[in-house]
Amino acid sequence: MKDRDQIAERLAAVGYIADGELATAISLMQLLKRPLLLEGAAGVGKTEVAKALASVHATKLIRLQCYEGLDQSAALYEWNYQRQLLAIQAHRGASADDIEDQIFSEKYLLERPLLAAIRRSKPPVLLIDEIDRADDEFEAFLLELLSDFQVSIPELGTISAITIPHVILTSNGTRELSDALRRRCLYHYVDYPDVDREARIIMARINGAGPSLALQIAGMVENIRKEDLRKVPGVAETLDWAAALVGLDIRDLHDRPEIVHETLMCLLKTHEDKARFKPEVTARLLGKVA
Amino acid sequence: MSCCGAPSSFDDVNEVSRLVTGKLAAFLATLRDNAFAVGLKEGEDAATLIAAGYAEKPGLLRSAFKHLFSARKADWEKFDGIFDAFWLGRRVKSRSLTMGSTKAANSPSLKSLTNKDADRPGSESVSDQIPSVEDAPEQRSGEGRMEGASRADNLTEVDFRKMAEPEQVEQAHAAAARLAKAMRTRLTRRDLARRRGYRLDLRRTIHANVSHGGVPIKLVKRQRKDKPLRLVVLLDASGSMSMYTGVFVRFIHGVLDEFREAEAFLFHTRLAHVSAAMKEKDPTRALDRLSIMAQGAGGGTKIGECLLTFNRGHAARVIHSRTCVMIVSDGYETGDAMLLGREMATLAKRCRRIVWLNPMMGWDGYAPEAAGIKAALPHVDLYAPANTLKSLTELEPYLAKL
Repeated sequence: MKDRDQIAERLAAVGYIADGELATAISLMQLLKRPLLLEGAAGVGKTEVAKALASVHATKLIRLQCYEGLDQSAALYEWNYQRQLLAIQAHRGASADDIEDQIFSEKYLLERPLLAAIRRSKPPVLLIDEIDRADDEFEAFLLELLSDFQVSIPELGTISAITIPHVILTSNGTRELSDALRRRCLYHYVDYPDVDREARIIMARINGAGPSLALQIAGMVENIRKEDLRKVPGVAETLDWAAALVGLDIRDLHDRPEIVHETLMCLLKTHEDKARFKPEVTARLLGKVA
Repeated sequence: MSCCGAPSSFDDVNEVSRLVTGKLAAFLATLRDNAFAVGLKEGEDAATLIAAGYAEKPGLLRSAFKHLFSARKADWEKFDGIFDAFWLGRRVKSRSLTMGSTKAANSPSLKSLTNKDADRPGSESVSDQIPSVEDAPEQRSGEGRMEGASRADNLTEVDFRKMAEPEQVEQAHAAAARLAKAMRTRLTRRDLARRRGYRLDLRRTIHANVSHGGVPIKLVKRQRKDKPLRLVVLLDASGSMSMYTGVFVRFIHGVLDEFREAEAFLFHTRLAHVSAAMKEKDPTRALDRLSIMAQGAGGGTKIGECLLTFNRGHAARVIHSRTCVMIVSDGYETGDAMLLGREMATLAKRCRRIVWLNPMMGWDGYAPEAAGIKAALPHVDLYAPANTLKSLTELEPYLAKL
């Protein structure tokens, strides 16, 4: 479809190199108006999808970071009690109805991400990050919001969505999500990119990384991922490493194997992994890279 | 929200071709047979996709359908095979089709898992084993449990492998199920008694005191939400354990049914996640579904490798800070004992407690000599026998303290 190729191109223009399947997923999102659930290991660029999508649409990114104990008052709306109390003190003597009308108006309403997302004139990208960290109860509440896109505030009445946001949910799989939520969403599993795509990601993101160096770095990272590691490096780590190498003025990995070994700290984030990667291991993996 | 354009486009499809819709319905049925959660809405959306021109290229349609119909990684991985088999007539890898398909439920490997006699009589005894809703409150008040204990009294100290008669085995199974239920109620009650808040929540305090004109008279404290204890059971289904698997499978079924959070895995030479199958209300049907997943049960045991799979693929999802991992195995490792030691160390870092139940421990003159159990023991918090119902009951106070 032309639609889909266009999306891939536009994502690439803002620095996100998507594979064909992700481009399909995003075009479906727009066609079917469903949220997109992204799953995958940490650091494969799930959150980046939302950021890139926001720049493609030239719209605002509204982010709701989930955590344990996240509730409606932190996610949806809350009254600004302090200001309300002040207003009551200030208008002492006015009739109760007047005060009530005043303090339960929009001015005293604190918008939280979910409410903000449905009240913008241009549809924003709503990123609900790490939904698996929120509680089951919140998930159920979210499900209701995602199907109706309206919020009822007892004092103000029902607020319907002005525009329907592009919703992206991400999950790291620390908890099993409910079937209902999964069914509501389109699903895409984000995997580690292949060498070619990772090299293009490096070139898009790091100034001064030439094609040959980018390919070498991507090849090396691919080899490292195949090793038996506690924590497999993600794309973010690859970019850190590439930035470090470019910063140290390395043009070819084979020129300075000792620097390659020393900078591996950008990729290996646990003590066991670091201990396992002796210089010989680095040399062996480096030997496999053209 | 996806309904807005659906009805009209559905008509469009009808105009384009009734044939495609019929075929699409058949495809949805195939997906449902393969344990995909596909509803009417997905069907409508699929029709919308076809109307929007996604069907021009098979590759594109496959990719689009994959996003629409998959809900989890397992679906995601097997979708391509099913799609190719249905629409393009290619042969599908046999495994992806049998998984979760109900027709395979009568697979003969069931025999190796459940007790031979629990198979037939089991189906009629279902009604009196699974506590019905009516007697649940009775159970909580204590009466039901007392009665249960007395019924199982004569059996509590008999080793499971010495129970030969079908009625005895049935009684043991029922007692295991009751035990699981009793453990849950008591654990929950202790949970509640300990809850208390500790930090002041300023915003909520002001909210709560609006009626006093904002003077903070009533303080609201921030409460930490208590996570319920989660029990993760890893059951050894190898040949050397065959005399005990029946009872433990029944125990696990009870645990999964009654604990709010519990996960079960079965291992021999491979690891299988069996929670979904065990959540079946009817224990006999649960066993049937289990048998499909336990192909190869009764052979050797590669505990180390299975734990590696568990640590890699499942641990992050099923283990949280209040998780007790219960391994039921005799510790006869046919793989690499070193690997087992290493993986146990990893697991110990991740979870709150590891309980290792070893039925052989109750035997006279048993000593942990096998290389596997020797490598694993340093990382185990509680090593206990589990060859009688009494020894299972003795576990409960330990779990309650976690």
